Amino acid sequence: MVAVIRAHGLTKAYGDLVAVDGVDFGVEPGESFGVLGPNGAGKSTTMRMLGATLQRTSGDLAILGRDPAHEGPIIRAHLGVVPQQDNLDTELTVAENLYTYGRYFGLPRAHLRERVDGLLAFAQLEEKRDVKVDALSGGMKRRLTIARGLVNEPSLLLLDEPTTGLDPQARHILWDRLFRLKEDGVTLVITTHYMDEAEQLCDRLVVMDGGRIVAEGSPQGLIRAHSTREVVEVRFGSDRNLEVAAHLGGIGRRLEILPDRILVYSDSGEHDLQEIVARGFMPVTSLVRRSSLEDVFLRLTGRSLVDE
Amino acid sequence: MTTAAATASPRARRPAALFVAEYRLRNMWKWRSAILAFGIGNPVLYLASVGLGVGALVDANMPGGVDGVPYLVFLAPALLATAAIQGGQDEVTFPTLAGMIWNRLFFAMRATSLTGGQIADGVLLASAARVLFTTVAYWLVLWVFGTVSWSTALPLVLVSTGAGVCWAALMMAVAANVTDDGGFLSLVGRVVIMPMFLFSGTFYPLSSLPLAVQWIGWISPLWHATELGRWLSYGMPMEPWRILASVGYLASMGIVGVLVARRRFERRLAS
Repeated sequence: MVAVIRAHGLTKAYGDLVAVDGVDFGVEPGESFGVLGPNGAGKSTTMRMLGATLQRTSGDLAILGRDPAHEGPIIRAHLGVVPQQDNLDTELTVAENLYTYGRYFGLPRAHLRERVDGLLAFAQLEEKRDVKVDALSGGMKRRLTIARGLVNEPSLLLLDEPTTGLDPQARHILWDRLFRLKEDGVTLVITTHYMDEAEQLCDRLVVMDGGRIVAEGSPQGLIRAHSTREVVEVRFGSDRNLEVAAHLGGIGRRLEILPDRILVYSDSGEHDLQEIVARGFMPVTSLVRRSSLEDVFLRLTGRSLVDE
Repeated sequence: MTTAAATASPRARRPAALFVAEYRLRNMWKWRSAILAFGIGNPVLYLASVGLGVGALVDANMPGGVDGVPYLVFLAPALLATAAIQGGQDEVTFPTLAGMIWNRLFFAMRATSLTGGQIADGVLLASAARVLFTTVAYWLVLWVFGTVSWSTALPLVLVSTGAGVCWAALMMAVAANVTDDGGFLSLVGRVVIMPMFLFSGTFYPLSSLPLAVQWIGWISPLWHATELGRWLSYGMPMEPWRILASVGYLASMGIVGVLVARRRFERRLAS
């Protein structure tokens, strides 16, 4: 089977600023692929090149086996794009937004009338069918944008930060919808700076920082390779963390001292927490949790993801 | 929904710009009451006030009429051309600013199989439909007031529509370059449209102006459209070279406008 995406040395430069700096990756059919990184890592620029709207500066890129530099419209005919900012037509109703978008692809009217019904059901927006877009909540608008991206039955759906700005409940509804697409075999490429999102949705992901890929693998594989099984988070008050950390040598595999807390990378969190207390340091708060992609990112870049 | 389905999804074979035009017309349909009221109300008000009021005064003081015809007959082709140019401009500048800046809808379109050039073509096509509608409605009102005749209806409507579309093409190219819309439309209204309306021989022959300001008329598409309209409507004398020059001027404006707009849309939406 032809790879959905093949990128080799993919680069985008704006003058001296290199937004994407020679990245290599591939995405196979049916795969759910994540691009993880803080703001400014080059995720959205990469996405726009994958969407065959932005031309690369150098390197090779094949989307659905074609070169976007020469076959943009043909590639885009088989893509679904969910941009970071909703750009729905606020003067039209929910159903009209889906219908007109389908018409841009040249899809016949009768076909679209049926298709719109199916997409409204998928997006759980049947009751909002004839409501203007302005009246929708943020989560509903996102669902509509995703449904719009599916109108042409794409082989590849590109989602740029699909849940940024949504409340937790709306995020979970959206994840559920995306999970269904994944089950249906739609190839997904998702950018996010949310660790939990990447862990939930992605089979495989790359971590980007400063326009480069700094790690690649499955969420679990990356955690195994770059972090420990568990993490102990302890807080001693912002002025004491550094001081206490000096006395925690030998506990856990590694310490990470952040301004507000100390992270102890550990094979057994409970055991190491007891050890800290046994040494006479009683944390203000403590938490033992499983390692996450957040820890991987911290390890790889020395920075945390969301605070950037 | 998998790869096989992508090719299974049926696609119509029509020029893609028509799909954009279809969307624009659908959008205009939402504004149909306003478009209709403006299309009919505007000429009625103009003809009632300027035409009948000023017309009565002019005709009373110039027994031979203006340019050898009653004032309203002289004025009618100019009003028709003005309506066409204004209507055409509205239907390209507002959508272009909206699509590029306000709701970024053109970026959503450009994420489909459409190209920037097709989006530009579609917006212009829909504006042409609007201009044709406005011009026909205007012409009907002019006819009710007895200032135009059926025998010249078709060429007169076509010339005005053509001028409106050519101007729209140019304005679309200009609007596609606007990055900060603060005041762009009102600036165009004050610096371009208003002087054009006042100095294009709309209300009096351009030749009655001092030579120093006549040039505004010469470069104004409105003047060229008005001259052609007067020639067609009541047979105002116009040498063949001047007919060609006016048609050529308007056509060049349209061609340059389309070429620049396509290019500009393509560049701007591919970012």
